[in-house]
Amino acid sequence: MIAPAMGPGAERAGEGMIPGGAASPLRAIATLRGVGKTFPSGVTAVKNLDLDIREGEFVSLLGPSGCGKSTALRMLAGLVPPSQGTIAWRESRAPGDLSFVFQEPTLMPWTTVAGNVRLPLMLLGRDKQSAVPRLQQILERVGLGAFALAYPRELSGGMKMRVSIARALVTDPKLLLMDEPFAALDEITRFKLNDDLLALWQELRKTVIFVTHSVFESVYLSQRIVVMTPRPGRVFQEIVIGAPFPRDGSFRTSAEYAALCRTVSQALAQASGPAS
Amino acid sequence: MTERTLRILLPAIALAIGVLAWDLVVRIKGIPPFVLPSPGLVFAKLFSDWPILGPSLAVTLLTTLQGFILALIGGVGLAVLFNQSRLVEYSLYPYAVALQVTPVVAIAPLLLIYLPQPAAVLACAWIVAFFPVLANTTLGLNSVDRNLVDLFRLYGASRRQILLHLKLPSALPYILGGVRIAGGLALIGAVVAEIAAGSAGAGSGLAYRIAESGYRLDIPRMFAALLLLSVVGVAIFFALTLLSHLVLRRWHESALRAEG
Repeated sequence: MIAPAMGPGAERAGEGMIPGGAASPLRAIATLRGVGKTFPSGVTAVKNLDLDIREGEFVSLLGPSGCGKSTALRMLAGLVPPSQGTIAWRESRAPGDLSFVFQEPTLMPWTTVAGNVRLPLMLLGRDKQSAVPRLQQILERVGLGAFALAYPRELSGGMKMRVSIARALVTDPKLLLMDEPFAALDEITRFKLNDDLLALWQELRKTVIFVTHSVFESVYLSQRIVVMTPRPGRVFQEIVIGAPFPRDGSFRTSAEYAALCRTVSQALAQASGPAS
Repeated sequence: MTERTLRILLPAIALAIGVLAWDLVVRIKGIPPFVLPSPGLVFAKLFSDWPILGPSLAVTLLTTLQGFILALIGGVGLAVLFNQSRLVEYSLYPYAVALQVTPVVAIAPLLLIYLPQPAAVLACAWIVAFFPVLANTTLGLNSVDRNLVDLFRLYGASRRQILLHLKLPSALPYILGGVRIAGGLALIGAVVAEIAAGSAGAGSGLAYRIAESGYRLDIPRMFAALLLLSVVGVAIFFALTLLSHLVLRRWHESALRAEG
């Protein structure tokens, strides 16, 4: 869809603005209220974070580097306990219901692609034989069917990240947390992985929480962008991106996309304040 | 000529020149064999004295191998223990360091009083060789990718799973680095202890043969035994380098550079 210059996109973004955190609680699978994190070093990374995560949505946490968005994600994952506030889940979670994709591919260099993707199944005690079809299926799905026996060192940066995503999906999680997964990749690879991630999300309908410092990436991918303030991080503004899916290259070059990016950039600039 | 051929050819030429110069000096100056034997004589001794040198070589090799394997088990075992229990680490690590920095040649006579000779020699080989394995393994176990630890925790991995499937594989390149050092040191430890022991007998190693030849002024045999010892040292180093390369070649940077 190609929108006329400067029009509906900006308005839609304007309409969609929601005051921080006051989203419908009915469909929320996770609710954060007053969540804060102060590290032993005395650094307060996150303060008074109110956020609802709704089932099946693609939401981005957008903010400048060091605004505590990664810390927020790690608290959601249960890797870091919050210092204040509560994180309430609608359902209790078992290991494997929640997956994490790190900024680095974070693969084990001593084992093959298949060995890396099998890791979550092994740690959950699933039996090795029954895992084989699942491994092949997920590797095919991320386009690495022919690389099951390759070692991470033999792969490009983009392929390593695909392995990392396959590993995150292998347990069929309900929630996928991604911490700037494509930040270290070149633009061509990043665009390709953005498209593939969107296709996966539409097919599998996971809830995705995506941390990024790229306005363009967040607008392209998300249904909702949570703009965060610099440290200590809290929600500055939530912006709904109403553009329909599937989104592709034509969305990326549309005026609507450009207008949305401008709106989000302005919000980010306001969030960062004059001092930055 | 490729880099690789030069790397083999140049040391070979240097060796040939060195041996030739040695031979010429002995011939021209007419140096007697009990002062400096000619290279030819050393080689001849190697073969004529093989019935004595061969079994001694076997003894030293066996001691070195045993010391090395025990050092590997002890070094990795202690490092894992230290990694799992900070209490044990803080209590014992300083003494592991103390054992390492005390010269083994000074410990050997004491060990020879308390232990039978073969056991004392083995203990010396172990003391010298285990520390690099311990130190390197400790470093390796602490050098695990933090994100991978988080990933393991996310899937509820047990301590045992983290140790077996994450920490030990991560530490493998470090362990192999320590092992390469330990191989050479086990030989040194065994030789030092044999010299300190200095007693004759059926179970006497190469170092003892060197000391014994010295007393008898059999300098050619001394050289022959020395030659064997350095060949053993070089062979151990290359064998362990090859092992390290074979284990790591699919994944580690150090092996990548060796290939290229």
